[in-house]
Amino acid sequence: MNAPVSFAESKLPLLLGALFVIGLIAPFAVYPTFLMKILCYALFACAFNLLLGFAGLLSFGHAAFLGTAGYVCGMMVRDVGVTPEVGILAGTVAAGLLGWLFGWLAIKRTGIYFAMITLALAQMVFFLAIQIKETGGEDGLQGVPRGHLFGLLDLSDNIAMYYLVFAIFCFGFFVIYRTIHSPFGQILKAIRENEPRAISLGYDVAKFKLIAFIISAALAGMAGATKTLVFQLASLSDVHWHASGEVVLMTLLGGLGTILGPVVGAATIVTLQTQMPDSVGSWVTVIMGVIFVICVLSFRRGIVGELQALIKRSGVN
Amino acid sequence: MLSRKYAKTACAAALAALSLGAQAQVSGGSVKIGVLTDLSGTYSDLAGSGAVLATRMAIDDFIANEKPNFKIEVVTADHQNKADIASNKAREWIERENVDTVTELVTTSTALAVMKVAKEKDRLVIMNGPASTPITNEQCNDVSVHYTYDTYAVANGTAKAVTTQGGKSWFFLTADYAFGHALEKDSSTVVLANGGKVVGSVRHPFPGSDFSSFLLKAQASGAQVIGLANAGADTTNAIKQAAEFGITPKQSLAGLLMFITDIHALGLKSTQGMYLTEGFYWDRTDETRAWSKRFFDKQKKMPTMVQAGQYSSIYHYLRAVKAAGTDDTSKVMAMMKKTPINDFFAKNGQIRDDGRMVHDMYLMQVKKPADSKYPWDYYTIKATIPAAEAFQPLALSRCPLIKK
Amino acid sequence: MEIFGISTALLGSQLLVGLINGSFYAILSLGLAIIFGLLNIINFAHGAQYMMGAFVAWIALTRFGINYWAALIVAPLIVGFVGVLIERLMLRRLYKLDHLYGLLLTFGLALIFEGIFRDQFGISGESYEVPELLSGGVNLGFMFLPIYRAWVIVASLTVCFGTWYMIERTKLGAYLRAGTENSAMVQALGINVPLLITFTYGYGVALAAFAGVLAAPIFQVNPLMGSNLIIVVFAVVVIGGMGSIMGSILTGLGLGLIEGLTRVIYPEASSVVVFVIMVIVLLVRPAGLFGKS
Repeated sequence: MNAPVSFAESKLPLLLGALFVIGLIAPFAVYPTFLMKILCYALFACAFNLLLGFAGLLSFGHAAFLGTAGYVCGMMVRDVGVTPEVGILAGTVAAGLLGWLFGWLAIKRTGIYFAMITLALAQMVFFLAIQIKETGGEDGLQGVPRGHLFGLLDLSDNIAMYYLVFAIFCFGFFVIYRTIHSPFGQILKAIRENEPRAISLGYDVAKFKLIAFIISAALAGMAGATKTLVFQLASLSDVHWHASGEVVLMTLLGGLGTILGPVVGAATIVTLQTQMPDSVGSWVTVIMGVIFVICVLSFRRGIVGELQALIKRSGVN
Repeated sequence: MLSRKYAKTACAAALAALSLGAQAQVSGGSVKIGVLTDLSGTYSDLAGSGAVLATRMAIDDFIANEKPNFKIEVVTADHQNKADIASNKAREWIERENVDTVTELVTTSTALAVMKVAKEKDRLVIMNGPASTPITNEQCNDVSVHYTYDTYAVANGTAKAVTTQGGKSWFFLTADYAFGHALEKDSSTVVLANGGKVVGSVRHPFPGSDFSSFLLKAQASGAQVIGLANAGADTTNAIKQAAEFGITPKQSLAGLLMFITDIHALGLKSTQGMYLTEGFYWDRTDETRAWSKRFFDKQKKMPTMVQAGQYSSIYHYLRAVKAAGTDDTSKVMAMMKKTPINDFFAKNGQIRDDGRMVHDMYLMQVKKPADSKYPWDYYTIKATIPAAEAFQPLALSRCPLIKK
Repeated sequence: MEIFGISTALLGSQLLVGLINGSFYAILSLGLAIIFGLLNIINFAHGAQYMMGAFVAWIALTRFGINYWAALIVAPLIVGFVGVLIERLMLRRLYKLDHLYGLLLTFGLALIFEGIFRDQFGISGESYEVPELLSGGVNLGFMFLPIYRAWVIVASLTVCFGTWYMIERTKLGAYLRAGTENSAMVQALGINVPLLITFTYGYGVALAAFAGVLAAPIFQVNPLMGSNLIIVVFAVVVIGGMGSIMGSILTGLGLGLIEGLTRVIYPEASSVVVFVIMVIVLLVRPAGLFGKS
């Protein structure tokens, strides 16, 4: 971090611009629903990465935010009949509030204990999701209409929906980008690197951690709420601890603490999950496991992290 | 590649338009069947690769027997029991690969999700694995067929038989989620209607592994019958532990949703004497034996009712396409509903307007180990439950398509 | 007689059943605690290794005619050896890194193991009979206790306390504990610390496999039998205090009892009660009940 601005970082705005253009034209080349799924998980992973990669807090219960927001958004749109943007907003706020509660309890502890508290709280949310009738339990919350954006734009059209998802993703990504590059983000990094020093410098560490947690939870919720609209359903698998584990994998595979890593990671995992050839069949989980192992043993910096290192090295030569 | 596919589709459509009437007008030049099932999770034994095999067998047989003038293709995918993956895949198949019908769909959440997509896109859904009755009730639509069984049929058959044979007092061991609750509710209704009583129930977390505490409650209740309103590993563990705690054979167990794979996994020692209802048993007639042997040769396991139903439903679908001369959803659906189903799986099976395929169900009793003469010789068929009684009558339907 | 409207007979039987489950938790969490204590690795593959223990016992019986009693020794040895290989080939590279990487690696391993077994044996699993000597049961008046369940308590407590004794009271245990505190110092004293670590991981894994063999006659032996258990056992270790040997044993038993009670009062919540307790404990006692902070 203290090295002069690297090639990768100096060219970052250019890269982001290029990616933005690709994002704009992508639905004409690749199946839009698939892209939307990637974008939802990418936002989820970016939100998670804000916490783990930049604040050093490993939450093992992020599925709670993804799932809760999904349920709230689904119920609001389907049962209350609000427009989609209100549904997403409601989901995001709900996840933010839940994040405030989780964060308030969890940041009292650090390291593995922090992870365990978030896991435990998420398990309770899972329990509630099964118990409460309105969520549809195992059957899931089905038949959520996509509705009309601001009551005007029909979202049942895939392309229209895609651009909404893309806009939401860009917004979320921008929030994270700004957060990381703000003084607030610098303090988070300082806390991650050396917490006692940050405390001795007079920072209210707990407050910073809590705010980071809430932002991360709310954005994870925004991803979950959007996902509900895309698929027109919310289901238990989004609150299950496997989803919490998956987002760790996405982030790590893409590159922990890199701005683009989680996007790459999410794209890779979603592609693996949904686009595996028929012949693979039941071996999907084994393949995922092997990727995990290889990633931890040989590519700890993740795809983006390794690429950055490669560019940096070649730049020096 | 994708654009090429579109071009191909457009070409084929143009050609089809030119050769009007001469051939079955099949969009994209072929009938495409998607098998969306659980290939890796909890339900992979009762559906899974066996259902894919059954689909391929049905297609091969159909081509050999009926010599259709259209091509038939299959695509398969693992929905991992996740509704969003199922919905995504179904949408992609329909929009991008022009899949005409999405089939199998074990687990209700995936089935409901795909039904919504199919309705929106006007494609067919043929369901064999999922169990819940909402599929043909509150959530019913006119593009879906629920073919093999549902919780009403299996719970109804078993509960009625056991109650009328003297098992008057019941205690339910219920998996604490929508499916378990539905099973419990359907069975209690039948128990009460047949002069029995329900003395209690306990809801266990899903999934569970140790059922001894719950079984002890059931034991303390003194009920004659313990109804297992759960499925899969929960059921098998509960049965195993009931034997261990000496609950069976003093109190008897009724598996409200069980498959032959569960019996196979548990062995006859701990399951002997149990009653259960299935839509298919491989060793019932010469026809079922002949088909099942072919299945067994490839899969090394006897087929479950879901896999047999998958074959039957695919064959029936293809025949309807041929007869209708098109793969247009509403025309094929009309043909499927019009034509009775007569094969090794069902005799005079009929698809009702709510999408429910009604056919005879069979009440089985699990054999004693000594009575089992050869591998997979597990059941004695105690009764045939006629189609009219086996399924929820239309009069009770909550499906909006049913005019009353 | 009744307490809060619950008959004492039912209460007694539920507590006993809770204790039986608790002894499974104890033996599993003990393995996790030992591994964490010395290796600083959160062994997420523990559930899969438990499952492998059960499967090895089943394979041994059906393919090679090795009976239950021999399987109690053989299965932990085989699975423990797999553990040794994992430690030598993979975990070894991660000791200097954050906990996160060990957790992720073992999580990946769990996926691989479960996937392979599912492909080989299907999901419905296999049935393992209770050994002849331990079949049947005794009527305790308030409940019928299968002899096998009684054996589970005896066997697991013997192994648990035996392990505790080995670690707390023997020379080998002293090396182990010293290695946990300051491995460089112990190495300097001429003790082969890497070997000690390999042995420890193998032993922890063997404990999981031992629990798997114990579980085989009770539960259906299936590829996912450990996948949900791992989260609960995890919670037990955290509540007991990561790395605390006695803490993990006592917490395991205690949680079994609490779970048993919950099953009487509010059965639906019996799977979530452990997490409620975990949150409360961590907020009140940051290092767990028996951990030193």
